[in-house]
Amino acid sequence: MLNASLTELSAALAGGKLSSVELTGAFINRIKSLNQKLNAFITVDEARSLAEARASDARRAQGAGRALEGIPIAHKDIFCTRGMRTTCGSRMLAEFDSPYDAHVIERFAGAGAVMLGKTNMDEFAMGSSNETSWFGPVRNPWDAGRVPGGSSGGSAAAVAARLAPGATGSDTGGSIRQPAALTGICGLKPTYGVVSRYGMIAFASSLDQGGPLAKSAADLALLMNAMAGFDARDSTSLERPAEDYGRELGLQIKGLRIGLPREYFGEGLEPEVRARVGEAVRWFESQGAKTVEITLPNTGLAVPVYYVIAPAEASSNLSRFDGLRYGHRAKEFSDLADLYRRTRAEGFGAEVKRRILIGTYVLSHGYYDAYYLQAQKIRRLVARDFKQAFGQCDLVMGPTSPGTAFALGAKAADPVQMYLNDIFTIPAPLAGLPGLSIPCGFDAAGLPVGLQIMGNHFAEARMLGAAHRYQQATDWHLRVPAGTPL
Amino acid sequence: MAWETVVGIETHAQLRTHSKIFSGASTAFGAPPNTQASAVDIALPGVLPVLNGRAVELAIRFGLAIGATIAPKSVFARKNYFYPDLPKGYQISQYELPVVLGGSLTIALPEGVKTVRITRAHLEEDAGKSLHEDFHGMSGIDLNRAGTPLLEIVTEPDLRGAKEALAYARALHALVRWIEICDGNMQEGSFRCDANVSVRKAGDDRLGTRCEIKNLNSFRFMEKAIEYEARRQIGILEAGGSITQETRLYDAERDETRSMRSKEDAQDYRYFPDPDLLPLAISEEETARIRAGMPELPAHKRERYAAQYALPSYDVMQLTESREKADYFERAAAAGAPAKLAANWLNGEIASRLNDAGLEFGAVPLPPEELARLLARIQDGTVSQKAAKDVLAQMWAGKGGADAIIEAKGLRQISDPGAIEALVDGVLAANAKQVEDYRAGKEKAFNSLVGQVMNQCRGRANPVQVNEILRRKLAR
Amino acid sequence: MSLTLDQVRRIAHLARIEVSAEEIQGVMARLNRVLALIDQLQAVDTTGIEPMAHPLDAEAAVVQRRRPDQVTERDQREEFQRRAPAAEAGLYLVPKVIE
Repeated sequence: MLNASLTELSAALAGGKLSSVELTGAFINRIKSLNQKLNAFITVDEARSLAEARASDARRAQGAGRALEGIPIAHKDIFCTRGMRTTCGSRMLAEFDSPYDAHVIERFAGAGAVMLGKTNMDEFAMGSSNETSWFGPVRNPWDAGRVPGGSSGGSAAAVAARLAPGATGSDTGGSIRQPAALTGICGLKPTYGVVSRYGMIAFASSLDQGGPLAKSAADLALLMNAMAGFDARDSTSLERPAEDYGRELGLQIKGLRIGLPREYFGEGLEPEVRARVGEAVRWFESQGAKTVEITLPNTGLAVPVYYVIAPAEASSNLSRFDGLRYGHRAKEFSDLADLYRRTRAEGFGAEVKRRILIGTYVLSHGYYDAYYLQAQKIRRLVARDFKQAFGQCDLVMGPTSPGTAFALGAKAADPVQMYLNDIFTIPAPLAGLPGLSIPCGFDAAGLPVGLQIMGNHFAEARMLGAAHRYQQATDWHLRVPAGTPL
Repeated sequence: MAWETVVGIETHAQLRTHSKIFSGASTAFGAPPNTQASAVDIALPGVLPVLNGRAVELAIRFGLAIGATIAPKSVFARKNYFYPDLPKGYQISQYELPVVLGGSLTIALPEGVKTVRITRAHLEEDAGKSLHEDFHGMSGIDLNRAGTPLLEIVTEPDLRGAKEALAYARALHALVRWIEICDGNMQEGSFRCDANVSVRKAGDDRLGTRCEIKNLNSFRFMEKAIEYEARRQIGILEAGGSITQETRLYDAERDETRSMRSKEDAQDYRYFPDPDLLPLAISEEETARIRAGMPELPAHKRERYAAQYALPSYDVMQLTESREKADYFERAAAAGAPAKLAANWLNGEIASRLNDAGLEFGAVPLPPEELARLLARIQDGTVSQKAAKDVLAQMWAGKGGADAIIEAKGLRQISDPGAIEALVDGVLAANAKQVEDYRAGKEKAFNSLVGQVMNQCRGRANPVQVNEILRRKLAR
Repeated sequence: MSLTLDQVRRIAHLARIEVSAEEIQGVMARLNRVLALIDQLQAVDTTGIEPMAHPLDAEAAVVQRRRPDQVTERDQREEFQRRAPAAEAGLYLVPKVIE
């Protein structure tokens, strides 16, 4: 049951072989036994989850089963939830009880899903290792001495250790795909504007996009069907007809043109990651796909562009955390200015403060043109690279991350070393493009390797189709970490 | 050496919408604190702005009314600063690409009309309010006003001195009400002006260093504040000093401006395009549709009045001070009131009655058709101008129509030459001394005799006829 | 470009974040590491390139949606102020605001 696909679980629930209360209870029990070790969840409310499960069972008894009826789902603690605190991994919001639900939360509730709890994350989604959380680091289920990646590290670890059959995450520069890769699961960052950002606490508004994490591409498609959709409360939410993200799961690999960007296979890529990704590409070739070498020449600039734009937007987005209306307020202060300074110094961790300071600097008088405007121009160059590439190929493939999971603390001292880890995941959100990471094997240490599949705007169904065909032929996605046996 | 005061005005006009510019909270004035502050207005985590379409339409109306360019694409930007009445830590405004560019407003001055260039007008949200009453040493924050839609209207430094600045502010106030984009209520803060003031030697074509004067919440304060500020700057310059560019607050009680310390903190607003909002696109079709729904504008009315009613330009400017006044005039004229007479009465007697009562033109208690009837009675000689004022007072008080009051009060003018001759004869017989004086060349005596005639008939005799008959009889 | 201590203080002031005397050297050193990274952008010739403010503005040219002018929000003051660190008489309380 704990390793079953969403389709299998839905069938079992629909066939009466399993109740949502039983299923939810099983995951709750597993969380109880493993969360201490992994720290994947910040908040679990057993009574609430079971009550939701009972309500779901009652609905089903009345014949009102919906797409995810009775399926327990874990939510990244960046999505606002009424009645269950929403911390965003920060001391600033450590006890914040949102008076409203995020659109994504409403969508899952509307699809009949049960909320399993709120998962740990890098503070305000700023980090690639889950070490910046006020609630402590998440451990990688494959090796508890290593990071799960970030910022959706709690969601990734939860799915990898089978504490949840599926989870939500958010991706700004790789925060869904990189932890998915480092924990051996699947994660999709959709096209910008497909999933509403309403109620998803903002990090960098022009980059942030919610998306699902799950064991398989087929499961991601089901979760996307629930998550995606127009929302009038988000001005950047796209008004498009609803689509079935699973409609291309039967994709013909033969004739598919796969672009392999030269820049994604250069120096700095760990040999075993290169090898595993190469093997996956060869599988697609063996099925009749045609590979083309392409170039995304501005890839190397994507990281510096990102570390101007994301901190700039963040510095402004996080100004609302001032200790006046909600959240942390410093106990002692001499005046208003002192209240602001102390509240924010205490409420934010070092990485968040660093990004706020960088963002403040690049927007400040005299530096705006040199940094912010220049970054916006190069952002367009990055987007053009992709536009050109998608004239030559249907999908782009490459590694998700240059390496496998690193040890806790290994990159904590130097922020730039940490930032460079996201070199392959940062370009897609700069261009607003969808990106997917699926497991494609392990390194010698037994750590998972992720294959990244990128597509043009709205190519999610095709990306998921290609991934699904690969997963029909491989079982990387079904492997369970030895440290968290079923 | 003469000094010249150069003024540019920035006006925040609250747009007449039901809901806020980026949230669905009400904009109604006077609600209990924070009861109209929604999740978006108090900047809860995760909330996002969605633009109110009506605010955009009203901005376009303004642009069309001043002959401006409506930007096909404009951009919302964030102005970042920390202040307790600014919940997000930034104000959503427009910076590099505003919705309205250029245009001008014509104002009436004693020496003639003047065209004031408008630099731009942009959409933005208002902030909340800090209440400084003491709550155990703390201030209270009310965010009801946060997110109220504003149009900020900025002029070029085209105004010279406080009087011109005031004339501009009044004309703009009239215009935004004319086109129904703002209720103009200054007490409620719906129309707020800041003035950029600098001084220079007459004839100098370079601008002096300016100071921005805030808190000009009435026309009277605005005039006094600009006058004070100009004196202050001239004083400094004449003493050999120099002006520091800064923001100053007008203190009405002391009639002075003073430096705002909190703003001196070398602001750096770090403007950048708001990534939660996309570019605002306005098509030519939309602009055309809004143009078609616009009322006739004051400038056009002025041209028409001059041609149609042959009125002098001063009368025309006055009649088009507000849409209510112009409408009133047109209805009175349509009901048969002689145009020049109507203009005189609307700009004179009626304007001063309203002014005394502190009322606007929409509050005239008698319909224009009734006024037209009264004016017709002046025109046909039934009542004198003087008596007509008494009739108007009665009509104002709701005592009935013009004709009924004239009859009831016996105010009908005596125009029968025989009756007037009889009156004159009586007065001449009783005042032999004045008659003698007049004939001896004392013109003053004539006035005294006229006065006596008018007294005898309680002012009802046609004064032109009285004069004429009296002169004729005295000449014998 | 490299930040000086004074610049770090100024930025921290703009951002309203207290940086203590003990930590400022370390903060400055790390900020300068990041600046060295983003300074790579200065070498790129971007003549004639339009800035891209938003992914939806780039190719799709999606424009701002407008909502109808309707009051859709009800009073939630009590609910909201339950989360406030200090509120009284319906107001959020803050240290004295000086104009």
